[in-house]
Amino acid sequence: MTHPTDPLMRWDDVLAGFDPVLGLEVHVELGTQTKMFCGCRTEFGAAPNTQTCPTCLALPGALPVVNAVAVESAVRLGLALNCSIASWCRFARKNYFYPDMPKNYQVSQYDEPIAYGGWLDVEVPTPDGPRIHRIEIERAHMEEDTGKSSHVGGETGRIQGAEYSLVDYNRAGIPLIEVVTKPIEGIGALAPELARAFVGELRALVVALGISDAHMHQGSLRCDVNLSLRRTRVDELGTRSETKNVNSLRSVARAVRYEMQRQGALLEAGGRVVQETRHWHEDTGVTTSGRSKEQAEDYRYFPEPDLVPVAPDAAWVEELRSALPEMPADRRRRLQADWGVSDLEMTAVLNADALAVIEATIADGADPAAARKWWMGELARLANERDVELGQLGIFPADVARVIALVEAGTLTDTMARAVVDGVLAGEGSPDDVVTGRGLQVVGDDVSLLAAIDEAVAANPDVVEKIRAGKVTAAGVIVGAVMKATRGQADAARVRELLMAKLGV
Amino acid sequence: MPAITPEEVAHLAVLARLDLPAEHLARLRAELDIILESVATVSEVAADDIPPTSHPLPLTNVFRADVVQPSLTAEQALSAAPATESGRFRVPRILDDES
Ligand SMILES: [Zn+2]
Repeated sequence: MTHPTDPLMRWDDVLAGFDPVLGLEVHVELGTQTKMFCGCRTEFGAAPNTQTCPTCLALPGALPVVNAVAVESAVRLGLALNCSIASWCRFARKNYFYPDMPKNYQVSQYDEPIAYGGWLDVEVPTPDGPRIHRIEIERAHMEEDTGKSSHVGGETGRIQGAEYSLVDYNRAGIPLIEVVTKPIEGIGALAPELARAFVGELRALVVALGISDAHMHQGSLRCDVNLSLRRTRVDELGTRSETKNVNSLRSVARAVRYEMQRQGALLEAGGRVVQETRHWHEDTGVTTSGRSKEQAEDYRYFPEPDLVPVAPDAAWVEELRSALPEMPADRRRRLQADWGVSDLEMTAVLNADALAVIEATIADGADPAAARKWWMGELARLANERDVELGQLGIFPADVARVIALVEAGTLTDTMARAVVDGVLAGEGSPDDVVTGRGLQVVGDDVSLLAAIDEAVAANPDVVEKIRAGKVTAAGVIVGAVMKATRGQADAARVRELLMAKLGV
Repeated sequence: MPAITPEEVAHLAVLARLDLPAEHLARLRAELDIILESVATVSEVAADDIPPTSHPLPLTNVFRADVVQPSLTAEQALSAAPATESGRFRVPRILDDES
């Protein structure tokens, strides 16, 4: 797909002439069983319009009721982001017309967010090693998701030039928490990586809290990137663009960098940045103009009359605070110390998204080094080959721990262990099922080995003579015969030992 | 001084997606003016010590347990739609040609 290409400024020139001002808005789709204001299911991928009811379709007379778990999740996320929790707040109607919103307003929160004024520390890689940067959080508020439209006619799947659109309201009304940062300034070249690090850390936090699966590719965590440039020596804020729905960590960094270069080129050429929504195109790595916000938005927010205020009880908030799980940064530090790995190795583990599986494998009894070796080596290779995440590979940490245990017990050689993993991935059952099914096992007991050795000795009297005469290298023939007889499953070193003992050499 | 200007009425009409001729807008402006003036009498009574109220009932924290309730079938959900296709609501083009 082609897009009109904007001229871009060289990265170094952008940094020399401008300071970026970055703002991030992240929508977290909660993993509740039901929607924000009705009892409809929230399952991803259900047949279109099978998870709707009069409330989320906005049929006349239907009334919303707030999902208690959604409120609890919002308070917990607010606390984890070091926010203050409002003692009293209301929902508000955000009025606008769009077909994916059946009510013609979205129930959101306006000037009374449930959580406000917090921070999140994130770690950014710099040439001088990792650096901790504190991102200030403006607010976190509750709202509902919209439906999903697909566009028909015109260029494939695009809203521009489409003849008409089709709407599925299964997603309409699913609870969202929108986290908004304060403007992030004075970060220059770090802007792209800082944006990525923030979204990554927020995702880890949401997963640790267990409030969302946070799958960016399924849209359960979505990021809008607000970016403006200001001339380094002029004290005036630039106009910002808002790039919508940037749906992978890598894209967050790419979108920031792209917008910095696009706006730099535009400003340098004497143009002006238009305040507008832009769309990120994953395939081509560019943003294109969406609807312009030149006419200031006029959402005519007003308090939602159908919902009474939410007033989190102070004691309940403290109870939730004291029950917060270990924060992801603390967990990483603890695990790194436990495993005794370097910063570099830890970064590799994090980049491979292997922290959780390695931790679980160790919890199932595996040695930390062995667990890391398997997940970062053979399994990472297989996941990469199949283009899936480690967690989706189809082998559980418990299976990997079992394979490691079998290797340590001497039941499997490394080669056999890889075959067992192949078997598990091929759906042949647990590691033990594969061992039995494929007949994979080091023939460890000396009795059966001795029988095989006896046979080989009887079949090769001339070789035995040579060995007895001192030509020890000839033993390879007997060992080879035993290995053949045991289909390669004997431990060759043990066979040699037993053979030498038998021949008294 | 009128409580609402012709420009404000025209702007509201745009926001509400109402295509109103000029004489209609003028009549609406006069009517809205009367409504706003009537409502404004409330502020004469409500002194600074009376906080604005959005909800008439002194209730907070009305919640629902996160328990699944039956949804409509897709057929039921789509039954009142002017047009449908592939189990979805079919709606006219969303963006105008120039965008
Ligand atoms: Zn519903």
